Amino acid sequence: MMELLAGPLAYLVFFLVIALYYALITLGLNLQWGFTGLFNVGVAGFVLVGAYASAILTTPDDPGRIGGFGLPVPVGMVGAMLSAGLFALLVGIPALRLRHDYLAITTFGIAVTLQLVALNLQVLTGGPFGMNFVPRPLYDVLGGQNGWNLAYLLFVAALVLLVWWGLARLTTSPWGRVLRAIREDEAAAAAIGKHAFRFRLEAFVLGSMVMGLAGAVYAHFIGFIAPEDFLPILTFQVWAMLIVGGAGDHRGAIAGAVLVWAIWTGSGMLLDLFVPPEGKAQAAALQVAGIGVALCLVLLFRPTGLLGRRD
Amino acid sequence: MILQQLADGLVLGSIIALGAIGLTLTYAILRFANFAHGEFLTFGAYLALLALGQFQALSTTTFGPLSFGWPLLASLAVAILATGGLALLLDRLLFAKLGRAGVAIAVVMGSFGAALALRNLLFFAFGGEPQYYSRAIQIALPLLPRSVLGGVRVTPDQLAVLGITVLLVIAMHLFLSRATLGRAMRAVAHNPQLATVTGIDVAAVVRWTWIIGAGLAAVAGVFAGLTVQIRPTMGLDLLLPLFAAVILGGIGSPLGAVLGGLIVGVAESLAVPLVGAEYRAAVAFLLLILILLVRPTGLFGERG
Amino acid sequence: MSLLKVDQLVAGYEPGLPIVRGASIRVAPGEIVAVLGPNGAGKSTLIKAIAGLVRVESGEVRFRGQDLRRLPAHRLVRAGLAFVPQTENVFANLTIQENLELAGFFLGRRRCQERVRAMFELFPDLARQRALAAGRLSGGQRQMLAVARALLVEPGMIMLDEPSAGLSPRLVAEVFAKLAEVRAEGTTILMVEQNVKAALALADRAYVLTEGRERLSGSAAELRSHGDLASLFLGGAGR
Repeated sequence: MMELLAGPLAYLVFFLVIALYYALITLGLNLQWGFTGLFNVGVAGFVLVGAYASAILTTPDDPGRIGGFGLPVPVGMVGAMLSAGLFALLVGIPALRLRHDYLAITTFGIAVTLQLVALNLQVLTGGPFGMNFVPRPLYDVLGGQNGWNLAYLLFVAALVLLVWWGLARLTTSPWGRVLRAIREDEAAAAAIGKHAFRFRLEAFVLGSMVMGLAGAVYAHFIGFIAPEDFLPILTFQVWAMLIVGGAGDHRGAIAGAVLVWAIWTGSGMLLDLFVPPEGKAQAAALQVAGIGVALCLVLLFRPTGLLGRRD
Repeated sequence: MILQQLADGLVLGSIIALGAIGLTLTYAILRFANFAHGEFLTFGAYLALLALGQFQALSTTTFGPLSFGWPLLASLAVAILATGGLALLLDRLLFAKLGRAGVAIAVVMGSFGAALALRNLLFFAFGGEPQYYSRAIQIALPLLPRSVLGGVRVTPDQLAVLGITVLLVIAMHLFLSRATLGRAMRAVAHNPQLATVTGIDVAAVVRWTWIIGAGLAAVAGVFAGLTVQIRPTMGLDLLLPLFAAVILGGIGSPLGAVLGGLIVGVAESLAVPLVGAEYRAAVAFLLLILILLVRPTGLFGERG
Repeated sequence: MSLLKVDQLVAGYEPGLPIVRGASIRVAPGEIVAVLGPNGAGKSTLIKAIAGLVRVESGEVRFRGQDLRRLPAHRLVRAGLAFVPQTENVFANLTIQENLELAGFFLGRRRCQERVRAMFELFPDLARQRALAAGRLSGGQRQMLAVARALLVEPGMIMLDEPSAGLSPRLVAEVFAKLAEVRAEGTTILMVEQNVKAALALADRAYVLTEGRERLSGSAAELRSHGDLASLFLGGAGR
């Protein structure tokens, strides 16, 4: 059994865990954009906050920085959600009362700012070298690397199902119907005024909390985080996933995440095979540019997504 | 020290101001936040670098103490035209089509995608290493002696950037208040349908808005390259200060954008001794949040 | 010979959902023609479709024999057909003088200045406040500025969308008196109105629109004494 988990299968497990990490983020963004029409350009920032919050709470004490507090991983995950939600409030309160593109600008701003903080506030974040020894719960009990990866995959899959179930219930509830009404019709939204602001804020905070949770999931899987894990490209990947999957559809969001991540890693592997090492950075840039163009093409020709709703 | 920071802030502020004029015009007239505007700066800076290589074959003289001469000015002209062309092309291929679909946010997202593609294409073409228009070391001239609040020293290039910015801002102001096209741009920003009824070809005004906005962005990019360095991410790094300047000044107000740009530039520069140079971009973000909380229409804005 | 000839016009904001459903009207040179009708009858859509601001699906619109459907909307005013929208009909961020100068930008500088002066003579109230931003004008003054903006280019015809909307009875009388003066100078007027009484007092002829089609037409005097007028309005409004 354990031997089977080595090699390609081990890679598949690793791939799926990361894909489901993206799926979680995409589900959070789907609540914001797909259901409420909120344009969050700072996805990477909220994931970053979640990852760092959980890492600070759960890592063993480090004399070089504040914390870690050595708390249990579930506490870290709750902390991740709360802190991502807190930052969502920080930008949501000033921006959500205004026209929708203000949110785009402020979320862009907070992602830039959080990236700076992660990079420079060494006493809290470890700076450019990031944070090591983020606990991987039950690592030894579950037989180390491969067995643990498989167990973590099951855990993340369960988490995705749970979040999906919860969001599906929420979005079909009366609360979700109000969100749709707000999304479809700015005028109707204006008519309910302050009310619309509250619904928007709730959806925005909730979506950001899911992103924070995803950040924690990532941190405890890799066991090491650094600012470069949460660059603007992450925001872009998640947007590509949501658009490919079709905004407003939970299943599409998950499928889009897995599909885009497969294309992303696949094209990355091809680059590794065919591009000499000295051209790697430039080839990677070309890959990103390609995804940028692809997103524009989908927006132009398949605005409801490649896998999305048929309605 | 404080005067020196003020002077540095004004130089940075004038670069932000030039970029922000274009951003506020396209924001008001095309009605969307263009996340690719930062890449217009980068594109202009690199295009001028390319053109400079050609023009320097003809002449390498420089103006007195400045690091540059006619070749860079000619390159600047090329960069303005090329960046205007790029903006028109993007509008034609992407923004106009997405705008017609009626979902305002689709255009914003399209600009996000275009920004990513452009930035990475520039990285692909030019590599990630910083580049410079001139390797010559500039000697900073003392404007005020050390005895006066620490004194002020500026390089001739910085003075040139300030001077040209002042000229461009005055020219823009006259253009918008006097010229028919300038007034037509204000009219379209206010109410495109009424502008049509008045006989204004809105599509033509939109094209000119792209050309002028992108052209000014190219100037800002070249100035940033001249006073700092040329990198593929230079426009991305300036995007947040640009948006902060636009919102601070009030969307659609070019003079507001100039003032906003100067405020952001000076604030970033003054904050350096307090929080360290690495957090300067966060200053723009704090200003942005502050203005949204206190006065979301900006200092000169008419609309929310 | 009609100045404006609209035949079987079908127009609306969304394809397949026409609001104007086969309307036909005529306006002869020198006339004041009013288009009346209950709310939602398609009056505003009709006039905006003529002005090229609403998608026309089928039908014919000719002004001085020229096919307006082939003309981009911004070219209409140069062809001699000026339009005054109902609301938002001045550039609030420009001064009165700038509003007028912008309206005449295609006349050439000298001619434009002459016309601005002529408008200031016709509207002395505006002349006194020429450097004021139009956004700071009162409703009645805005309406005057909007009419002045349209007249500046010496159009053969002006179209007004509910010139009385939002004005007090005294201001309505003032605006309509100005329109009578304008007609006396030889400008043809087509207007959409809710205010039936004021419109029929000014107009020579009128059309009554219901459900996107003209149901009744005649001279203003005929319509004033027409018994069915009220029931058409009530019937239309009740739907």
